[in-house]
Amino acid sequence: MAQKESQQAVERELTMSRAMVEAIGHEMRENEEVFYMGEDVADYGGIFDSTQGLLEEFGRDRIMDVPISETAYIGAAVGAAQQGMRPIAELMFVDFFGVCMDQIYNQMAKNTYMSGASVNVPMVLTAAVGGTYNDAAQHSQTLYGTFAHLPGMKVVVPSTAYDAKGLMHNAIRDDDPVVYMFHKRLMGIGWMPAPDGPKTPVPDEPYTIPFGSADVKREGEDVTVVTLGLHVHRALEAADDLAEDGIDAEVIDLRTLVPLDTETVLDSVEKTGRLVVVDEDYRSYGVTGEIIARVAEEGLADLEAVERVAVPDVPLPYARPMEDEVIPGTEDIEAAIRSARS
Amino acid sequence: MDIMVAVNELQSMFEDMVTARYYEERLQEEYLEGKQPAFDISAGPIPGELHLAAGQEAAAAGVCRHLRDSDTVTAPHRPHHVAIAKGVDLKRMTAEIFGRRTGLSKGKGGHMHLFDPDVNFACSGIIAQGCPPAVGAGLAATKRSEDSVAVAFLGEGAISQGAFLESLNLAAVRELPVIFVVEDNDWAISMPKDRVTDVDDGSQRAGGFDMPGVRVDYDDATAVYDAAKEAIGRARAGNGPTLLEVQVHRRMGHFMGDPESYRPDEDKEAAQERDSIERLAADLRSEGVADDDIEEIRERARDRVDEAIEWAKDQPEPGPEEAYEDVFVNPPSGVTTEEPSHELAGGDD
Ligand SMILES: Cc1ncc(C[n+]2csc(CCOP(=O)(O)OP(=O)(O)O)c2C)c(N)n1
Ligand SMILES: [Mg+2]
Repeated sequence: MAQKESQQAVERELTMSRAMVEAIGHEMRENEEVFYMGEDVADYGGIFDSTQGLLEEFGRDRIMDVPISETAYIGAAVGAAQQGMRPIAELMFVDFFGVCMDQIYNQMAKNTYMSGASVNVPMVLTAAVGGTYNDAAQHSQTLYGTFAHLPGMKVVVPSTAYDAKGLMHNAIRDDDPVVYMFHKRLMGIGWMPAPDGPKTPVPDEPYTIPFGSADVKREGEDVTVVTLGLHVHRALEAADDLAEDGIDAEVIDLRTLVPLDTETVLDSVEKTGRLVVVDEDYRSYGVTGEIIARVAEEGLADLEAVERVAVPDVPLPYARPMEDEVIPGTEDIEAAIRSARS
Repeated sequence: MDIMVAVNELQSMFEDMVTARYYEERLQEEYLEGKQPAFDISAGPIPGELHLAAGQEAAAAGVCRHLRDSDTVTAPHRPHHVAIAKGVDLKRMTAEIFGRRTGLSKGKGGHMHLFDPDVNFACSGIIAQGCPPAVGAGLAATKRSEDSVAVAFLGEGAISQGAFLESLNLAAVRELPVIFVVEDNDWAISMPKDRVTDVDDGSQRAGGFDMPGVRVDYDDATAVYDAAKEAIGRARAGNGPTLLEVQVHRRMGHFMGDPESYRPDEDKEAAQERDSIERLAADLRSEGVADDDIEEIRERARDRVDEAIEWAKDQPEPGPEEAYEDVFVNPPSGVTTEEPSHELAGGDD
C-alpha cells in the first residue's frame, strides 16, 4: 500500500501553473525572506494562476497585491533584493515591461556589474508571455529576445510542468536576477486550454534544473530543431508528423536563454548538419538569429542548411486569420524541416 | 432636480447610455458563442479579452456631450461606452471587434485598440498610457491656437501609474486643454481601491499639481454633465487642465469569464441596484418627457445596435497576407517580402 502510494506520487501529473506554484510555496516555507508582489496575485491567485492558493497559506504580507505601479513595485523588489531578501515580482503580461523597463534593465540587471559585484540582486521577475488567443498587439508578445539581449539578467522559459518547478526552485535560490517567462497557453488555465505536453509527472520533493542545460526532447538524425516555450510542443508535433514520412527530426528545448546551452545545439548540428530554429518572438535581431550565429561561429563546417521560423516583423494582429498567419504553426515548422532537408 | 440641464441634452445622454448598455448586452451574447459550456477565450466569433462597461455609461455620456468631433478622446481597455458617446462609427467599430476587414483597424486592433480619427478617438490596453497622447493633442491645439480640447479616460486603478501622474504635471505646467476623467468603479480587476491607494477621492491627486480636482460622488449623468461642462469650458477658454473623478459601478466581471470570486456578494448586488440609466429615465419623466418618447429612444438605440452587429457579421474577414500591411505608411523596402502596396502617405493634409 505504502509502495503504491509513493509510486502514485511519482506519477502525479501537474499543470505547469501548479508546478510553478509548488516551487514558490516550498521556497516561501523554507525561507521567510521570499515574498511575491504583483497585481491580482492575492485573492485572484494570478490572472494566469501563477500564485493560486498561496494567499491562503502565506497571507497578505507575503503574497502582496500592489498598485498598478510597475516601476514602483519592481523597483522595490530590486531594492529589497539588494537588502538580501528574495522577492519575486510579477509583470502580469510581459508586454507591460514598457512602463517599468528602467527598473528592469538599468537597475535590476546592471547594479551587480556597476557595483563591481559589491551589490547583488537575488530577485525573480515573473512574466506571462505569448499569443494564440487573439489578444492583439499589446498582450500577445513573448519578447524573449528583448530580455535575453540585455546583459545582466538570466532568462528562463519553461515548457513543461517538470521544468517549471525545477527552474523556479533554481530561480529563487539564484543570487542573480532571473526573468522567468511562462507561456499563458502552457499554464493549464481552465479558460485557455493547453496543448498536450506541458502537463507532466512532477515529483513532490524540491529539485533544481540548472540554468544553461537544454533538453533534447526528441532524438533524431536528420534535422535539428531548436526552440522554446509553446513551440517545443508544436515542434514535437511537427516531428511526429514527419516521422511518418521517414524524416527524423531532433527537437531541442533551450529552457534557458541566458545562459544558453550552445553545446547541446552544436552537438546536434554536428550529427544532423541541418538547423531549424523556431521562435514565437519577432524574427529580426532575436533568438533565431542568435542561435544561427552561434552555430555559424563554432560549427560552420557542419552546417548544410539553415531555416528560421518566427513572427515576421509585424506587431501581433488581432483577427484570427492574421494571428494564425504570423505565429508559427506546426505546418510552418514542418515546411521548414522539409526545406532544410531538400 | 437641482441641476438644470436642457431636456434635449438629457435625451441625448440617455440615448448614448442605452445604446452602450444594449450594445454590450449584444456583444456579450456574441462573445459567449462557442465559449460555452467550457469557456475558451480563443473560441467563438469574438476571441480574446472583452471588457464591458455596464454601470459606467454616465461618465462617458456626461463628459462627451460637451465634445466636438475635433476634440480628442483617449480611452483605456474598457472603451465601448466612451467610443459610443464620442460618436465613433458604430458599424466599423463592431466590425473591428469581430475582426473584419472593414473594421476601424482592418481587424488588426480588436476591442482594446479602436481608432477612429474622424472623431479623434483612440484607446490603448496599457494602463494609463492614453494620458500622454491626450496631453499631446492638447499641446497641438495650443500650438495651433485652436480651441479644441482633449479628454483622457482612465480607471481608478490607473491613478497610481507614472504615465498618469507625469501627464498631470505636464498638462498643468503648460496649462494645456486636457481633462483627465477617472472612472472609479471601486475595483482594478480583483484589487479594491483601498488596497492600492490611501486616498478615497482620487481627484485629490490634482492638488499636488496645482490643478483643479473635482469628484462626482454618484454616477448621475446630469451631475457628470455639469462638472464636465465647467472643466471642458475652462480648458477651451485656455485656462488649463482639470482632473475629474466620477463614481461609477462595475455591474459585471472585470472581463468576460472573470469568476469574480474575490468580490463580496453585497458589492455585486449594490452595483446592480444602482442604475444610472433608470435614474436618468426618471429624470426625463419628471422633465415631462412621455414614456412613449423614452421608449422610442430605447427602440432607436436597439435598432441601431442590431443593425451594426448584423452588418459587422456580414463583413469579410481579412486574408492572412493582410497581416503584413500597415506597419508603416511608407513601407521601406527590404522589411517585408511583399511588394510595397501602399499609396504614398501624407499627401492629402
Ligand atoms: C501597465 C499595465 N499594467 C497592468 C495591466 C493589466 N490590467 C488591465 S486592466 C487592469 C485593471 C485596471 O483597473 P482600472 O484602471 O480601475 O480600470 P477598470 O478595469 O476598473 O475599468 C489591469 C491591472 C495593464 N493593462 N497595463
Ligand atoms: Mg476600476
